[in-house]
Amino acid sequence: MSTAHNGQDAGQAQATGGKRTAGAYDVRTVIAGLIGFYGVVLVVLGIVDYGEAEAAKTGDWNANLWVGLGMLAFALVFAAWTKLRPVVVEGGEAVEDPTGGSDTAGR
Amino acid sequence: MVLAADETLRLDANFIDYALVAAYFAVVLLIGFAARRRVSDSLDFFLSGRSLPAWVTGLAFISANLGAVEIIGMSANGAQFGMATFHYFWIGAVPAMLFLGVVMMPFYYGSKVRSVPEFMRRRFGTGAHLVNALSFALAQVLIAGINLYLLATIVNALLGWPQWISLIVAAAVVLSYITLGGLSAAIYNEVLQFFVIVAALLPLTLIGLHRVGGVGGLIDSIRDSGNENDLSSWPGSDLSSIDNPVLSVIGIVFGLGFVLSFGYWTTNFVEVQRAMATKSMSAARSTPIIGSFPKMFIPFIVIVPGMIAAVLVNETRDLKAGGDPGVTYNDSILLLIRDVLPNGLLGVAIAGLLASFMAGMAANISAFNTVFSYDLWQQYVKKDRPDGYYLKVGRVATVGATVVAIFTALIAANFDNLMDYLQTLFGFFNAPLFATFILGMFWKRMTATAGWTGLVSGTLAAVLVWSLSETGVIGLEGQGASFVAAGAAFVVDIVVSVAVSMVTAPKPVSELAGLVYSETPKEVRTDPDAHKLPWYQSPTKLAGISLVLVIALNLIFR
Repeated sequence: MSTAHNGQDAGQAQATGGKRTAGAYDVRTVIAGLIGFYGVVLVVLGIVDYGEAEAAKTGDWNANLWVGLGMLAFALVFAAWTKLRPVVVEGGEAVEDPTGGSDTAGR
Repeated sequence: MVLAADETLRLDANFIDYALVAAYFAVVLLIGFAARRRVSDSLDFFLSGRSLPAWVTGLAFISANLGAVEIIGMSANGAQFGMATFHYFWIGAVPAMLFLGVVMMPFYYGSKVRSVPEFMRRRFGTGAHLVNALSFALAQVLIAGINLYLLATIVNALLGWPQWISLIVAAAVVLSYITLGGLSAAIYNEVLQFFVIVAALLPLTLIGLHRVGGVGGLIDSIRDSGNENDLSSWPGSDLSSIDNPVLSVIGIVFGLGFVLSFGYWTTNFVEVQRAMATKSMSAARSTPIIGSFPKMFIPFIVIVPGMIAAVLVNETRDLKAGGDPGVTYNDSILLLIRDVLPNGLLGVAIAGLLASFMAGMAANISAFNTVFSYDLWQQYVKKDRPDGYYLKVGRVATVGATVVAIFTALIAANFDNLMDYLQTLFGFFNAPLFATFILGMFWKRMTATAGWTGLVSGTLAAVLVWSLSETGVIGLEGQGASFVAAGAAFVVDIVVSVAVSMVTAPKPVSELAGLVYSETPKEVRTDPDAHKLPWYQSPTKLAGISLVLVIALNLIFR
């Protein structure tokens, strides 16, 4: 949960002439962080704790492992999107990157 | 809503599951604190300073509606009625969302009102405004209480916490992030919640499908159990409780698809508020339209698990076969979670469910505090105070509403049926609202008196039809009765509004700019930069794509 503090510092570090990126205030950072954390926990669980009880529930499919990997992939895509198209904050108002295009990956 | 009472639903959650749930709650509170740093004036608190991008508000738009009633209720319908439940999404939501974005949003956003009741006041004066603002505020507090009650019931069933503890903990979490961060925090949490819910329900659906042998296996199992009807969505006689197939289709298309859903999606401030928080007219119009894309695919991870539960979970299968295993259809998705999710994914699922139930309540409360501060307090109690004063009123209203919601939840715990009735009644306020809005937006002759008399008589008509069917005077039941009641409300509202307008004096044309189509200059209801936007940010083009997709889905899954 330390992402907020790190990101906040990063956001201020990038400040140049009243313009800075939203950093951790960008909701995409938060989403990537939480889903990525879930992904790591599930992958570890899938590796160390996959036994008969789990197999019986999921029908012989290591669901924790594969869903965890899926979440990690999702978190990486979101992190990359945040990095490539940052939200620029101007005078306290969030403005989208003028290059646009931030709406396509939302669905 | 009734759930199985005993320990049938108890989930075998372990330390890891609780840790995953705790991580979610920590992030939710962090968002509240982070958003607090940015709340500087009341517009910021109530409308997020009109600064959010459209994909954020679009996801929040559907998340605000993805609460307990939606997930538990729609999976229950899926288990009970099968594919006909798709109508609630493809007929009963998407067309209305597109209509809101394309036709109505220019008036809401362009007139710079801060709430839906405020639009009512500017168009029809204080009579209609008071009816609208009071009924809306009252409904939101009571519905927040119902959401809170469901949340506590489910925490109690799943984890075994005493009901009063879960009530207070849940209320405290919602209260803290809304009072801290206002609408921004509510919206950011709704977006986060959307992804957590998908992360919970998508694996549930995939594992469930794997267990029954894929899509083919699910279809075969449903056929073998003798529920062939569940595999077709039309004419949906089971759903509408109307036996005649032609009347059933008319009931679904006109009652559910037109009156009920347009009334809900286009005039409910809980929803519209999300679009008002955007930074431009195009973004505001895009909000419900972008929301319509995930909305049309949500049934696959909500209704399909219900259908899987009906063939896979022993208790639900017994219930469907006419037995009495001590569970209800409302338990379907919880029982499926119990049967197929291993520890780990179980934690994600519990976090997703709790997220959804809290979001429902948070949406009700954040809409309530706006209407209370701007439409009731500022308008009728203390006018002309500095902005910071109304920010303070909003925070106090949030605390007050949460406390009232806790008491409502306690009442709901003791009078389950009473709450069902109240919820049905509030649904009836929406149908005449849509009639009044649409007439008022396109007919400049409509008068202020017509505004409130139309609303009141439409609501009374709905209540009358509903009581007649409840007491058995007319032979309708279940959803069919709601469809007809809403239809009656719409027709009576239009007839009364037109009749009253003919004999009363209209508002001077000069006061209607921005509020009525013919009196609004094109620059006010359109975005001056609209032609510069690429196709994927253009509301009308996106709406066209959405419409084609939803028609295709209706044809494929007929």
